[in-house]
Amino acid sequence: MTSAEAPDIRAPRTQRTFGSSGRSNFELYSWLFMRISGLVLIFLVLGHLFIMNVLDGGVQRINFAFVAGRWSSPFWQVWDLLMLWLAQLHGGNGLRVIINDYAERDSSRMWLKAALYASMVLVLVTGTLVIFTFDPNIS
Amino acid sequence: MPTAPAGTLYRGREGMWSWVAHRITGALTFFFLFAHVLDTALVRVSPEAYDTVIATYKNPIVNLLEVALVGAVLYHALNGVRVILIDFWSKGPKYQQAMLWSIVAVWMLLMIPGVYFMLEHTVSAIFGGS
Repeated sequence: MTSAEAPDIRAPRTQRTFGSSGRSNFELYSWLFMRISGLVLIFLVLGHLFIMNVLDGGVQRINFAFVAGRWSSPFWQVWDLLMLWLAQLHGGNGLRVIINDYAERDSSRMWLKAALYASMVLVLVTGTLVIFTFDPNIS
Repeated sequence: MPTAPAGTLYRGREGMWSWVAHRITGALTFFFLFAHVLDTALVRVSPEAYDTVIATYKNPIVNLLEVALVGAVLYHALNGVRVILIDFWSKGPKYQQAMLWSIVAVWMLLMIPGVYFMLEHTVSAIFGGS
């Protein structure tokens, strides 16, 4: 075997070069983020579902007054804001991985991810705005 | 006839199907979240707009969808713990199959009383009572 057949193998412990090679640790951080955000979401989302669907009887009991009562407490505002951001980034990253796995053409991957990122921005901006500007006395 | 390489992770059986179920439950929950945030945003329009849209959800079919959502999210959460243990616990890969059956058991234990409380209203509305 000549050395020309394996030009990409570098010596062990070679410092990885960024930029020039176009490689980064993004996928490593994305993998780590899924596990850390997942652990936090277990408490936030299962707590939310348990209170809303099991204790409070689900959507049958929901109306504007219920939401107003809930968001009168800063505790639930912070809870919901944190849950919104972590769930949207966790789910959005999950869908990004699914698109990368199954959309084989470059153009389909590009368009599906453009739609995904647009929907994530829409949900995050709208959701954050609603939590911060909620007015219980709106007419 | 070539045979599949032996000893690979996630090739058929419980390991692969738990991963398939993790993807499906995760993707469905993401689409639910899109609808959930945008309809809740109607509280910023008017109480009437919000209450009108929420009223369309107050039927037995949406009640069953709520049960499906809770079941999907609960599976995704429990299997997520299993995935973390496979990744970070040195004995995780060895016990991945036992951990799957354990989370299925926990899922059943939590869903049986959960389904009862979630469907209580619909059942009493259909079969009389208050």
